[in-house]
Amino acid sequence: MNDQVLFELKGISKSFVKGKQEISIFKNLNMSINKGDFLAIMGPSGSGKTTLLNMLGGVDQPTKGDLLFGGDNISRYSESKLAQWRADHVGFIFQFYNLMPMLTAARNVELPLLLKNLNRSQRKKSIETALKLVGLEERAKHIPAELSGGQQQRVAIARAIVSDPDILLCDEPTGDLDRKTAVEILEILQLLNSEFNKTLVMVTHDPEAAKYASQTLHLDKGEFVEQELAV
Amino acid sequence: MKDLYLIYKNLTRNKLRLFLTCFAIFIAFFLYGLLGALKGAFDAGIELSADDRLIVVNKINFTQPLPLAYFNKVKAIEGVKDVSHANWFGAYFQDQRRPMVGMAVDPETYLQVYSELQLDEASLQRWFNDRQGMIVGEAMATTYGWKVGDRVPISSNIFSQADGSHTWDMVVSGIFTAEDKQLDTNYLLFHYKYFIETQTFGSDWIGWMVLTTDDPALNEQVAKAIDALFANSSSETETSTEKAFNKAFIEQIGSIGFILTSVVMAAFFTILLIVGNAMFLAIRERTREIAVMKTLGFTATRVFRLVLSESILLSLLGGLSGILVAYYTLEAVTSIPQIRSILPNLLLSKEIFLQALAYMLGLGLITGFVPAFRAMRLNTVQALTRG
Repeated sequence: MNDQVLFELKGISKSFVKGKQEISIFKNLNMSINKGDFLAIMGPSGSGKTTLLNMLGGVDQPTKGDLLFGGDNISRYSESKLAQWRADHVGFIFQFYNLMPMLTAARNVELPLLLKNLNRSQRKKSIETALKLVGLEERAKHIPAELSGGQQQRVAIARAIVSDPDILLCDEPTGDLDRKTAVEILEILQLLNSEFNKTLVMVTHDPEAAKYASQTLHLDKGEFVEQELAV
Repeated sequence: MKDLYLIYKNLTRNKLRLFLTCFAIFIAFFLYGLLGALKGAFDAGIELSADDRLIVVNKINFTQPLPLAYFNKVKAIEGVKDVSHANWFGAYFQDQRRPMVGMAVDPETYLQVYSELQLDEASLQRWFNDRQGMIVGEAMATTYGWKVGDRVPISSNIFSQADGSHTWDMVVSGIFTAEDKQLDTNYLLFHYKYFIETQTFGSDWIGWMVLTTDDPALNEQVAKAIDALFANSSSETETSTEKAFNKAFIEQIGSIGFILTSVVMAAFFTILLIVGNAMFLAIRERTREIAVMKTLGFTATRVFRLVLSESILLSLLGGLSGILVAYYTLEAVTSIPQIRSILPNLLLSKEIFLQALAYMLGLGLITGFVPAFRAMRLNTVQALTRG
């Protein structure tokens, strides 16, 4: 196995039953993601982008095939082992931020750290670092309702990176933001990739957003139809 | 402990709902505390009854007297250890609307039968030697501020003296206490002889007899022998254990226990629905947040624990405040002498508190289990997509 390969999808199929009909999303999908990649996945609605992202994050399981992460087949993990794996290796960034409304920015960022064996001061230090990285240290004590959409997404990014995961999975991270704010968010993601060597997989509808990725994959009807490399 | 803040923030996120739900729990446990204490006060006489003590009353009912001559006949029955007699005096002090418990007794035998009453030797001798002497329970002495040597006029709302007066002059010979602090000491005892010699009717009659047996195993045999001895006489007797007598006396008012239990159960059933519904809605509103937590790496069991802990905390919050307010309410109520004289054992005991605590935990577990289970089994992908 190539040392640089972080994720390897081998013969992945995913289908579900709706009524009496079996609907197939992927059939025999193969791909690999290297460490330090910034991958954008584009495609029309229903093409399976989010399903693929959920499988990469261990939130959804393939019907068939193997999902290898660092050589380990995570598709065979139990639910609790997968949860632990997510806590250790994956950071999620959602379109609608998905922050806890009753918690301050700092407390939201702290959530993944509650799953680690860290004391209060260690957690505090990591929170400060993450919030500083996204330029929100001044807003640490604000609850989401007191923050703009862009600021909320930056808190979500801080939450995703605070436990230093290997891969960041972003589901339409700029889909709910204006262009200017979207650019700010994409620049942060690019910085995480270029400066901190984080592997990023971003699902997007926006070709402008995809330009920030080093590679764009086009998905249609459960198959990669096109691949573009950034210039 | 790391999750405590999260549980607290989830619990307090909707303050109005928290207040209303807590208030419902508060009311239920406030009632539980009050009614439990009330039941305990009624039951205290039963619980503290001696096993070897029998009560002999007139078979018609216990307000009808018995001939004094029965006393010696009962004393001679095999298996009887000590026997005494007492007359209800219908006592009050100064204000007829404030009745108190007062009995005319045969001092020496009475204290043999009620050996749990504690009186120092000097007081004992003073009482035995003073025809007008009376001994007063600690609780009653405290209520009225009486001390040894005080001359106190005690009136009766039943009996009168030859001169038409309803008041007997008495002197406090001693103040008795009880071995068990739960035992009622809110009454007074005075000489039967003083009573019988001065009152206008009822001479040579006694109210009831109290006796102890050589062995509690003999109770039934002794009771049968007594009732058989006076069968077909003008005053037939009914003999029962002190416990059975007290129970029957309490049940004359109605099945207090059943009424109280029914009220408490109705209150609990109602809050079970209210709290269950509130928890269910609270978790349903948070479906997406729970999905996000699971996505971040919170395991299903940890999510289950978080929701269940929230439910238990809610129950404890409302329940403990209800019990606390019930405690202080009872403290305030029992500081009123009239209430204390009727219900001397009205208190929120440790047993009631522990039972309430168990109910709080039970309530939290029952109302939290279904939402917690649903949160645990939540399909993360569907929840994230739906939101």
